[in-house]
Amino acid sequence: MSLPAAYLTKAFKLLRGEVFVLPSRTAVLLIGILLLIFPAFSQEPFILRVLILAAIFAIFAASWDLLSGFTGQINFGHALFFGVAAYTAALLNLNLGLAPWATIPIGAIAAVLAGLVVGIPCLRLRGTYLAFATLAFPLILLGVVYAIPSVSGGELGLQSIDPLSKSRVISYYIIIPSMIVLGFIMWKISDSKIGLLFHAIREDEVTARASGINTTRYKLLAFCLSGLFAGIAGGLYAHFLTQAGPSTLQLLLSFQVIIWVVFGGIATIYGPIAGVLILYPLTEYVLIRYLSVLSQAKMLIFAFIVLLVLLFMPQGLTTWLRDKTEKICPRCKLQNVAWRRKCRVCTAELD
Amino acid sequence: MAENIIVYGLVSSGVYALLAVGFSLIFGVARIVNLAHTAFYMLAAYLIYSLASAAGLNLYLSIIISIIIVTIAGTLSYKFLIARVRQHEATTLIVTIAIAVIIQEALLKGFGGQPRGIPKLISGSMEIFGVTVLNQQLLTFGVVVFLLLATWFFLMKTKSGVAIRAIAQDREVANLMGINVPRMEMLTMAISVGLAAIAGALVAPLLLVTPGMWTHPLVMILAVVVLGGLGSLQGSLIGAIILGFAENMVVFLAPSGSFLKTSVALTIMLIVILIKPEGLFGIVFEEERG
Repeated sequence: MSLPAAYLTKAFKLLRGEVFVLPSRTAVLLIGILLLIFPAFSQEPFILRVLILAAIFAIFAASWDLLSGFTGQINFGHALFFGVAAYTAALLNLNLGLAPWATIPIGAIAAVLAGLVVGIPCLRLRGTYLAFATLAFPLILLGVVYAIPSVSGGELGLQSIDPLSKSRVISYYIIIPSMIVLGFIMWKISDSKIGLLFHAIREDEVTARASGINTTRYKLLAFCLSGLFAGIAGGLYAHFLTQAGPSTLQLLLSFQVIIWVVFGGIATIYGPIAGVLILYPLTEYVLIRYLSVLSQAKMLIFAFIVLLVLLFMPQGLTTWLRDKTEKICPRCKLQNVAWRRKCRVCTAELD
Repeated sequence: MAENIIVYGLVSSGVYALLAVGFSLIFGVARIVNLAHTAFYMLAAYLIYSLASAAGLNLYLSIIISIIIVTIAGTLSYKFLIARVRQHEATTLIVTIAIAVIIQEALLKGFGGQPRGIPKLISGSMEIFGVTVLNQQLLTFGVVVFLLLATWFFLMKTKSGVAIRAIAQDREVANLMGINVPRMEMLTMAISVGLAAIAGALVAPLLLVTPGMWTHPLVMILAVVVLGGLGSLQGSLIGAIILGFAENMVVFLAPSGSFLKTSVALTIMLIVILIKPEGLFGIVFEEERG
């Protein structure tokens, strides 16, 4: 058998053995393919814009989940990473004329440094204190941004930076695959040994330390990783909208990301992405276009939807769905469809 | 300059103290981070505006009605929304944010975004040691001191107050001692929201009322309670005085100070908790020890 055919067979086996066995994974695959071929159905600029922004915020929400959902270091100031990267990318682009492919990674590195700046002092804090302390960082920076309008553009922000691409469809094909790839990387991280250690730190930090885990190092790693992904999202946001304004640092953005994550399902990575991909187009497009809701009322409806869903599914949408459709095998801890009698791998009885 | 700092500093400290004590109380007793706390404060201000200026009711009457309505609204939202999800910490946060956003957007829809003014309860001003002080500022300060003393007296000397403090110390044992924990938590929520509503009634005549007015005090009281130590009432008071004065000093002394006032106040909060991670008067809670 030739090499490409062998790879193809392997890929097909992987699909059948790992993806099609669970409806949730099949749904993720379908949604991914649907998003990738979407411009074939409609190229209306406004729909593409809503989907692109949803994808950017999906990366951002998943990065919050990686830090706060997994390690339990609740970050109330996640907008800091987004804003730092957006402003860094914008400043580099305007003052040094660097192209987006350079400014976005540098912006992401700036966000990693911001992660260290927040993470190192916050190592001493825990729980609610940590949450309230992290809240302070973006707001401090926001005050500085307002105070030096000659550099930061003040309330208007930095305008007319280079777009990712002149064509919106090309922007779409830059950002949507980035979201899929970055989301997959974050999911893999959360599924790896590092993710397991993050879980351990959230569940019981003292026990984790007693088991020989350097919790300090892993907490800092979580801050840096989260900053990296949030920073990429911030850079993409600045270059897509061709501006970086104070709204990237505001309290509302920090709160909004928590709303998306908790709505979708905390500590899952796919939950936040689903949360954003459902809530953002719903409030920005569907309600206004099809249900003729006035745009002033969209936040009101957004809050009501979140409230109602959380009252009935307190652990979030995808967690609720997962618990309804999947069971974990008591012996090998693999996920199985809820209607199976025996585990798909080790054939242990599922209860 | 110095006299302005003292007058405005005292008024803002007082308001922050009133808000922070209420916030701290419900956090200490029920471990609920109520991010909608200042939204209730804003709701009270708007209710007074609509009753007094729009419906033409007597100002005193409208203040009393507003405080009662807001207290009831807060208690009901606790019973039917917050209490149902409170075992999930993150969900509780989101539910309180959602309540705040609903209040904000409902007010924005009902009254529009433009700032509204509320007539002062008592007009005129007074000279104290050569400093001109608005009577409303004096009234605000007096009511704040009275309410803080009353809250302290209630918590220390009455039976319900002792029960509330017992729940804050150990919920399960308090339950075993025959304290009706859910009812006491409702009572605490009512007191907490009531204090927020009174704070709203006090500052509404001094400020312009807008649908975005809840975020700044929210940030400040979060900083105040962390600075003073979560769950500690005297800590909240001292934190409020420190940050209230710091904010006004920056406004009056620094160039472009009104942009930087929040930054400076939050930086002070950060420095203090980096040196002393449990805040100035922090209480180490039973389950958080270790």
